Amino acid sequence: MKKFINDVDNLLAESLSGFQAAHRDLVKVHLDPNFVTRAEKPKNKVALISGGGSGHEPLHTGFVGYGMLDAACPGHVFTSPTPDQMLAAAEAVESGQGVLFIVKNYAGDVMNFEMAAEMLPFEHATVITSDDVAVENSTYTTGRRGVAGTVIVEKVVGSLAETGASLAECKALGDKVNSRTASMGVALTSCTVPAAGRPTFELAEDELEMGVGIHGEPGRRREKLRPADEIVADLVTAILHDLKPAPGSEVLLMVNGFTGTPLMELYVLFNAAAKLLEQQELKVVRSLVGDYTTSLEMAGASITVCLLDDEIRKHWDAPVHTAALRWGR
Amino acid sequence: MKTEFILTAAQAVNDAILAHEPEIESLDREIGDGDHFVNMKRGCATILGMHDELAPLSADATLQKIGMKLLSTIGGASGPLIASFFMAMAKAEKEQQADALPQIAAAFAAGVEAIKMRGKADVGEKTMLDVLIPVARKFTEMANAGAAPAEVFAALKETAEQGMLSTRDMIATKGRAAFLGERAIGHIDPGAKTSQVIIHTICDLASSRP
Repeated sequence: MKKFINDVDNLLAESLSGFQAAHRDLVKVHLDPNFVTRAEKPKNKVALISGGGSGHEPLHTGFVGYGMLDAACPGHVFTSPTPDQMLAAAEAVESGQGVLFIVKNYAGDVMNFEMAAEMLPFEHATVITSDDVAVENSTYTTGRRGVAGTVIVEKVVGSLAETGASLAECKALGDKVNSRTASMGVALTSCTVPAAGRPTFELAEDELEMGVGIHGEPGRRREKLRPADEIVADLVTAILHDLKPAPGSEVLLMVNGFTGTPLMELYVLFNAAAKLLEQQELKVVRSLVGDYTTSLEMAGASITVCLLDDEIRKHWDAPVHTAALRWGR
Repeated sequence: MKTEFILTAAQAVNDAILAHEPEIESLDREIGDGDHFVNMKRGCATILGMHDELAPLSADATLQKIGMKLLSTIGGASGPLIASFFMAMAKAEKEQQADALPQIAAAFAAGVEAIKMRGKADVGEKTMLDVLIPVARKFTEMANAGAAPAEVFAALKETAEQGMLSTRDMIATKGRAAFLGERAIGHIDPGAKTSQVIIHTICDLASSRP
């Protein structure tokens, strides 16, 4: 393992302290319990709180700020945060309009946020994101995972919340965006959880893991490396099979890197995916390319398609000012 | 139940988990996401660190404090599940305040039931419950029948072992391994393994005492 570490047990605290030092104008970092809030507490709006294991940066801390989250609760690497973090974060940011949790559909995250919600002294609701089509939602699984599409949910609901919308309206839009968003990822290399010190899984030099999750957990199948266009075709086919968009639909196409894949290659994926969508008579009218939901140092990427409507497009375009996403302001 | 026994058991469980590190780590790498051992290690270390604070407390207060503390330190899926176990056991212990085997079995069964509820899981889903549910049943059955403690603990070790091994041929339907589908067949569930190690350790400790 070759990583920049002073003390592995202090890695998260040091990283959060650095995040605070770099973005003092935007965020406040609280340690023990760990949570990140906006530098200035907004008044009279639904408080959006997300969180999850660390190692997926900029998710979620990088999305705290105007037009997105009010707070984020980072857990240990690939380990969900604990209810005391969510309770302390809610206490810090609730401004009279209730709390909306945005939670990726992983058993640990769901249970910890559920226990926090049971103890929360505020009106609250939860949006569970489940955009990953690699794992079918069936009686044989805990359900589809929440992955990079979560960024779109946080951006769109974040914009709505700034307008003073109610908790129920924010929850409804979050659920709508989630139901119109589908993702699938592919890994070219494994990743190493710092505390474990060894790669989470093994992938041979000529292998890829199709449908990988953002913790390196397996997906649909392991196969030999192929040309990028063929890999993208498989991902896009699975996504469209799930979304079943009507011809002529407008979409947001997101190509998300897991960290180890250069932006140059992410654009190769975007090029292939956009062509395929256009062949299906879909209009790619919005895009997002870059590392937004990562898996430590893993090489690989995911493709996300969100079916836009007027409401979603309006809130996607609205101003946002966070450490990792900024436009219009 | 006695606080002193809980604390001695915590030390023994900590040592046993550490001794099984390579095995647990390798099971978790095969079908998990690599954080199970570090979470268990952190949980054990947390309980040990609370020793002086817990020693003067009643057994139910000790279990409740452990539950609340683990809830804020373990994280992951195991945090709420294990915390729910301790908190439900604390509640049962508080209501009974007895040190006889049938009551201890009832408190343990209440803890296991809380894991079932929180995780919405049952036997046959390739999780720790494949060890814990059969052990809770056997424990309740034998304790209520008045079996000798030595006999009970030997039977529980055997039941835990069988439960752990039974996960090998299962398709996981809960937990991280569920994402693997049929690929998880042939691998023992890491949570079932640590549960078996814990049951084994506590049974050995209990049988070695008067």
